[in-house]
Amino acid sequence: MLKVNAINSFYGKAHVLRNLSFNVPKGHVVALLGRNGAGKSTTMKSIMQLVRPSSGEITFKDEDIVRLPSHQIARLGLGYVPEDRRIFTDLTVIENLLVGWQSPREGAVTWTQEMLFDLFPNLAERRNNRGKALSGGEQQMLTIARTLMGNPSFVLLDEPSEGVAPVIIEQMIKVIGQLKSEGLTVLLSEQNLHFAQAVADSTVIIESGVKMFDGTLETLNSKPEIRDAYLAA
Amino acid sequence: MEFFVAQIITGLANASSLFLVACGLSLIFGVTRIVNFAHGSLYMLGAYIGYTFMQVLPGGLGFWSSILLAGLSVGVIGVLVEMLVLRPVYKAPELFQLVATFGVILVIQDIALIVFGPEDLLGPRAPGLRGVIRVMGEPIPKYDITLLVITPIVALTLWYLITQTRVGVLVRAATQDREMVSALGVNQAWLFTGVFGLGSALAGLGGALQLPKGGADLLMDFHILAPVFVVVVIGGMGSLPGAYLAAVIISVLNVFAVTYLPQSTLVLMFIVMIVVLTIRPYGLFGREEVAGEHGQVGEPERPIKPASARMQLLASGLILLLAMMPFYTASFSLVFTTDVLIFCLFAASLHFLLGLGGLVSFGHAAYYGGGAYVAALLVTHVNTPMELAFLLAPLGAGIAALAIGWVCLRLTGVYFAMLTLAFAQLLWSLVFQWGEVTGGDDGLVNIWPSEWLKPTIIYYYLTLLFCVGGILLLRHIAHSPFGYALRAARDSQRQAESTGIDTRKIQLLAFGFAGFMGGLAGALFVFSKGSVFPNELEIARSFDALIVVFLGGVKTLAGGVAGGVFFKGIEDILIKFEYWRLVMGLLIIFVVILAPEGIVGSLRKGAERLNLIKSRHM
Ligand SMILES: Nc1ncnc2c1ncn2[C@@H]1O[C@H](COP(=O)(O)OP(=O)(O)OP(=O)(O)O)[C@@H](O)[C@H]1O
Ligand SMILES: [Mg+2]
Repeated sequence: MLKVNAINSFYGKAHVLRNLSFNVPKGHVVALLGRNGAGKSTTMKSIMQLVRPSSGEITFKDEDIVRLPSHQIARLGLGYVPEDRRIFTDLTVIENLLVGWQSPREGAVTWTQEMLFDLFPNLAERRNNRGKALSGGEQQMLTIARTLMGNPSFVLLDEPSEGVAPVIIEQMIKVIGQLKSEGLTVLLSEQNLHFAQAVADSTVIIESGVKMFDGTLETLNSKPEIRDAYLAA
Repeated sequence: MEFFVAQIITGLANASSLFLVACGLSLIFGVTRIVNFAHGSLYMLGAYIGYTFMQVLPGGLGFWSSILLAGLSVGVIGVLVEMLVLRPVYKAPELFQLVATFGVILVIQDIALIVFGPEDLLGPRAPGLRGVIRVMGEPIPKYDITLLVITPIVALTLWYLITQTRVGVLVRAATQDREMVSALGVNQAWLFTGVFGLGSALAGLGGALQLPKGGADLLMDFHILAPVFVVVVIGGMGSLPGAYLAAVIISVLNVFAVTYLPQSTLVLMFIVMIVVLTIRPYGLFGREEVAGEHGQVGEPERPIKPASARMQLLASGLILLLAMMPFYTASFSLVFTTDVLIFCLFAASLHFLLGLGGLVSFGHAAYYGGGAYVAALLVTHVNTPMELAFLLAPLGAGIAALAIGWVCLRLTGVYFAMLTLAFAQLLWSLVFQWGEVTGGDDGLVNIWPSEWLKPTIIYYYLTLLFCVGGILLLRHIAHSPFGYALRAARDSQRQAESTGIDTRKIQLLAFGFAGFMGGLAGALFVFSKGSVFPNELEIARSFDALIVVFLGGVKTLAGGVAGGVFFKGIEDILIKFEYWRLVMGLLIIFVVILAPEGIVGSLRKGAERLNLIKSRHM
């Protein structure tokens, strides 16, 4: 569904992604793993064209999305959940959801606010609170819910487990399972191997922007040397 | 008591158009981060267009429809400006868009002159609202009462739009994080255009609504600019309730000042602003600015290197050429070259602050005009010998800059820029209104150099010496440890401080020094012309310098100088034509769109590209 082919991305002169290629098949959950600074978030941003890759191809549903403006990519059904959450702190929970709203899309679940409040019961109680009043875990839920309001068929989830309590992580695992059962495709970036193992079908491991491994979790588990070399303990 | 109430009512009525214009500006800034200096011009257009409609549409219905039509038309003009001028430069470095809006000011000034003529237009009275109503015995014009009703209605409508509709939610979200809004599938470009159109329409509405109180003239654009910026800054950039409260405070205070202390009217609002910002640095309802929050990272800054041997040779050749000038040209070109040199020094002093220090001052004319006035005042009032006055002028300007910088440097970004503008306006108002000492609008005259410096050639050499010397000194300091510390403070305050640099002190010194050099330019100026008028302290003068620095190129040291030569040269040619502002404005807009790195920066890029192609061929 998403094909990334030999992309190179830079911040100024710093070469961050080097000839990175991988595929995410429809209906799969793929975990993008790597240490701090490996380039996971940059990969996500490059797909959204928030960072413009200097070369390489990215296709989504066989459509070339390189150089498209970000809002058009989002309108193709590619939802982006950023790592630092970036919720609108001055807006209420409901208003945050409203920003993410897009018209229903064929072949994807049409989310309503009530469905999202069922998925994230904590948010329901805080629907009229401003973003800045939420806890870290609630903000993380809000940023996912906000993206789902756009009825995506594919979600880029950048480190949903970062800086949230273990209970919330368990809840996130459930949510991702639920999304998958609804037919959504997910590219998930993670450092938390436990989290990835609980939800992913396959993994891509990168280190300094170079792909080191691409395969199923079983294969990864059978090669502990790769795990030890490229993932934090 | 009765009188008091009447005063407050008048103040509230005056707040009406000020609020409309200010909240338009505030909305635009909040979403697009563009400080739209052309906002005053849109207000002026609103007045002219409203007037024109009122001439053809009769009666009360005609009057009110004219006001609405004026708002609509200016909204459409705003949309055009945004799409044609601003869209191509959103990707340009921060604040570069400013220069484009300066260009728009010039273009609109001449278009207004061409279309509506040079005469001031007396605003028509609102039909059916001619007389007064007595409130507790005091006469209040009926139109004032009407305004009192209209403003809250407009404010409430806006409030509804902003808080209760999805578009309003998007606007508020974009005010906080534009990139995220776009990643969620919202087309930013249309959001920007829409907000710019709405903001412009509000300015146009404000201009048309004040017609019965003020009429329409070609100076309205600059006259409204200062109060509007003051209101927006006091209220907090991007906050509508803040803009309303601030407009009311300023207008009511102003009405009282007119009654009790007429000399203070212009100064007062700046004092209020300074007091408010000292207590609440981001205005009454403003949010702290986080510069570069989630921004895209630009190209890395190339280190400023000492000039290469070839550049040094070129510069020496140029200086030699200038030194030989009296031998091969007529004296009028010497006078012109003197002007250019002085202007270059002025621009270079701002470049030092802006390019090296990253401190965008909107009010650098304060030090240029300030230096000129220090010298002129000393000569006029205490018969100071010219030589002494000439030396004391930059000192005075430098000390003023240190004092002003000390207050302004508590703030950053746009707030810093606005505060510097406020101080410049404060100085201007002082000079303008304190006629006994400063001569007010008539300026100070007969400020000539001493006998031995009087001949054009001698004064030319004096100027050459101080301007070239000053520019070389600025360059030299850029490469000194002080210059490096200043750049370190600009690029990363935190990192600079962790290496033991006292960034605030460094920036303050730089501010003072830039003021000193600006004052030197001012001193050279006043003795070359023999007189000085308040317009040397005006916003327009500060803008001149800003345009030059941005057009020349912020990132290159030669920028200020190249921009100065280019700007003065073009101005000298164009000013002979009746509609030179139009041409100049268009030229500025073109340079901004075609050469977003400034003239020098773009030339260098072009040269590099050529070199690259050449080396590939080889
Ligand atoms: N805005 C930026 N400007 C310059 N360099 C950046 C920027 N963002 C990231 N980098 C650098 O790019 C590299 C990759 O960063 P990226 O954020 O993609 O890593 P990551 O794998 O997401 O790490 P983390 O697990 O910490 O989120 C890092 O070396 C980082 O320092
Ligand atoms: Mg990351």
